[in-house]
Amino acid sequence: MHEIVDVEELAPKIKWLEVRVPDIARKCCPGQFIMIVIGDKGERIPLTIASFNRKKGTVGFAFNEVGKTTKQLGLLKKGSNIENVLGPLGNPSEIGKFGNVLCIGGGVMIAPMYLQVQVLREVGNKVTAVIGARIKELLFFEDKMRALSSRLHVATDDGSRGHQGLGFLKDILEAERFDRCIVMGPVVMMRQVCEITKPFGIPTIVTLTPVMVDGMGMCGCCRVSVGGQMKFACVDGPEFNGHLVDFEELVSRQRVFLPEERLSSLLWEKSGG
Amino acid sequence: MAEPLAETKPKAKIQKESVPMPKQKPEVRRQNFDEVALGYNEEQALTEANRCLQCPQPKCIQGCPVEIDIPAFIKALKEKRFDEGIKKIKEKNSLPAICGRVCPQEDQCQKACVMGKAGDPVSIGRLERFLADWERQGGAQIPENAPSTGKKIGIIGAGPAGLTAAADLVKLGHNVVLYEALHLPGGVLAYGIPEFRMPKSIVQAEADYVSKLGVDICLNCLVGRTYTIPELLKNGFDAVFIGSGAGLPEFMGLPGENLGGIYSANEFLIRVNLMKAYAFPEYDTPIRIGKHVAVIGGGNVAMDSARSALRLGAEEVCIVYRRSRDELPARAEEIANAEEEGIVCKFLAAPVRFIGDEKGWVKAMECICMELGPPDESGRRRPCRVEGSEFTMDADCVIVAIGRTPNPIIQRTTEGLETTKDGTIVAKDESGKTSIEGVYAGGDIVTGEATVISAMGAGKKAARAIHEYLTKKGN
Repeated sequence: MHEIVDVEELAPKIKWLEVRVPDIARKCCPGQFIMIVIGDKGERIPLTIASFNRKKGTVGFAFNEVGKTTKQLGLLKKGSNIENVLGPLGNPSEIGKFGNVLCIGGGVMIAPMYLQVQVLREVGNKVTAVIGARIKELLFFEDKMRALSSRLHVATDDGSRGHQGLGFLKDILEAERFDRCIVMGPVVMMRQVCEITKPFGIPTIVTLTPVMVDGMGMCGCCRVSVGGQMKFACVDGPEFNGHLVDFEELVSRQRVFLPEERLSSLLWEKSGG
Repeated sequence: MAEPLAETKPKAKIQKESVPMPKQKPEVRRQNFDEVALGYNEEQALTEANRCLQCPQPKCIQGCPVEIDIPAFIKALKEKRFDEGIKKIKEKNSLPAICGRVCPQEDQCQKACVMGKAGDPVSIGRLERFLADWERQGGAQIPENAPSTGKKIGIIGAGPAGLTAAADLVKLGHNVVLYEALHLPGGVLAYGIPEFRMPKSIVQAEADYVSKLGVDICLNCLVGRTYTIPELLKNGFDAVFIGSGAGLPEFMGLPGENLGGIYSANEFLIRVNLMKAYAFPEYDTPIRIGKHVAVIGGGNVAMDSARSALRLGAEEVCIVYRRSRDELPARAEEIANAEEEGIVCKFLAAPVRFIGDEKGWVKAMECICMELGPPDESGRRRPCRVEGSEFTMDADCVIVAIGRTPNPIIQRTTEGLETTKDGTIVAKDESGKTSIEGVYAGGDIVTGEATVISAMGAGKKAARAIHEYLTKKGN
C-alpha cells in the first residue's frame, strides 16, 4: 500500500500525483518509469517519473485522464492508497554536459521534461525549452520552465497561444547551434521534431511509451523498431535515438487495443464510475 | 513394511490399467477456463493407490527431482491415512498441488515405475494431487520451523524455484525474504500456465502456505532495479538465491512481425492468465482474438496458448510446427488434450512473413514447407526448407511460442556474476553456487527454459547448499 501525499490538477483532465514509495524514491533517476495496478481487477500501466524526493521517499507523476484506469487514478484523493507500484523501471536518461540543449515537452510529458531540464541545468547545460499542447488550456509548468531555461518557447496546435505548430523549430535551429535535442511527448509530435532536427544532424533523444504489460522485459508488447532492429522499450529504452525509430509502426502498435480501451472506459462511466 | 505386501498378495490380480483421470468433456471445456482434469475422488484414488506394489527398492524415488518418498505416501493413502500421506510428501515438496498437476511424471517417477513394464505405471502425480487437494480443503497444517539461526536470506523470484528454496530455508530456521517483481506470486505458475491447467486460486494457496511458514513475500520488487544483489549483501543478507526464470520472449525476426495481432506467447499468456483478460471487461486488461489463430512452436507453451485462444472464441486454432509430430516437445497428454479440443496441427511448416491489413493488423501468414534433415546438436532432426513450397494461410492472430531467453536485468546489475553467452547464470555445480560467494542460482535462469519440477529441484538443492554454507560460515 502506497499513500498518495499530493494531488494536483495541472490542466483539465491532466492530474499530478505524488505517492510514497521510499524504495523507488531512493533509487530512481530521470528517464525511468513505474508500473501501477489499482484494484484486484486492474491493468498494469506505465507512468514516467516526473519528480522524486529521496528524503521524503516520494515519487511524482502526471497523467491524462483518458482511459478507465487513469480516470480511476484521477479520482484518488490525498491520503488514499495505491496497492501496487513497481519501479524504477527502464534505463535512466543519459545526463551529461552536452552544451546547448533543446528540450521539448508536449502534453502530459511536459511534467517529466521539467525533471530533465532541472538535472540538465544542474550539470551545467544551457537549455532552451519548448512546451507544447493541443490548446492553450492544456499547457502547464510554463513559469517553472521559464525560470530554468535560457529561453522558453510555447506552442499550440491551434495557435491559441504561442507558436502554431512546431514549424518554428526550424527557424530556431537555423539561428542557433544545438548539441542535443530531447523530446518527450505524443508520438506524432516526437516524429515531427525528429523530422525537423534530422537535416541539422542534431542528436535527438525520444522517450517511447508504447503499450506495456509487465514493464520489465517479459511480454514483448512494447517492441519497437529502432534502426531496423527490434528493441523492447521497457528494458532497452525507454529513450532511443529518435532518428532511427520507426514511428509509423509505433503509432499503429499504440492503437492496437483502442476499441477495447474505449469500451472499458465507457462501461465504467455508465456504471457510475 | 512386509505387512502390506502380504495383504495384497491374496488379491493376486492387480489392474494393469491405471484409473483414468476424470476430465471435462472436450466440447464443454473448450468453452470455459475451468480446470480440465477434475482429479480423483477418494474411491478412485484408493483403487489407483492399490496398484502400487510397494517395491522394496523403489525406482520411482530416483525419478523424482525432489526425492519424495513415493511408496511411503502411497502406502499411507492406501490405508486412508491421508494426513500422513500429505505430510510425507511435504517433507520434500512444499508445493504438491502444483506438482501433482504440472510435473511431467511420465518422464520422471512414473517412467521408472515397474508397473509400467506390463501396463500403465501407477499414476503417482494424480495421487499426489489427490492428497494435496484433500489437505487444502481442510486447511493446511503448518509445521514448526527449526529454531532461528539469525541468518537472513534473500530469494529472487516467487516462481517454482524461489518458492521451493524459500520454504525449505525457512523451515531450517532462517529468516527468508522472497522478492517478486510482479504484483502476484507464482512466477510462471501465475503468468504462464493457464487457469484450466493450473487454477490460480491453488497457486495463491500454495504461496499462502509458504508465507504462513514464515517467509516474507515482498511483491512489486524487481531485484536489479528496486534493489540490486550487491545492495542486499551489503544490507544484512547472508545469502541470496536467484530464481528469476526465463523471461524475455524470442521472436523470429520476420517481416511483419510487429503487426497488430501478433503476440509473443508470454504477452498472450500474461494477459490471459495473470491479468485475466478472458474476463475482460470485468477485468481491465484486454486481449483480442481473431477468427483464425496461428500458434508458432510445438512446446507446452504453444499448447497452452492454442488452448487458451480456443477458449477465447477463435473459430480455428492451428499450431504451426517446423518439425514433425514425433519431435513435438510438448507433453503427450497436453497434445492429446489440445487435439481433443479441436486444435489442428500443421507439421513441417514455418512462417516466412506476415501480411497486414490497411490498419496494421495481421491478416495472413506466408509459410514454407520443411523437411527433416540429419540430426542437429539437440539430437533432433534438423528442419530444412523445401524451396518453392511457399503457401499462405489466413491468420488474424498469431502467437509466437518459440522460446524465451533469460531476463538480463540481474546480470547487468551484479558485478562479478558469471554468465554464459546465452545470458544464463553460470552455476558451478548442482548446488547452484555462482561466481559470487553466498549467491546461488537455479531454475530457468541457469538451465534456460525447462520444467516447473526441475526448477523446484534446483531450488531444493540450492536451499540445502545455502544451509550448509551458512552453517559452516557460523557467526
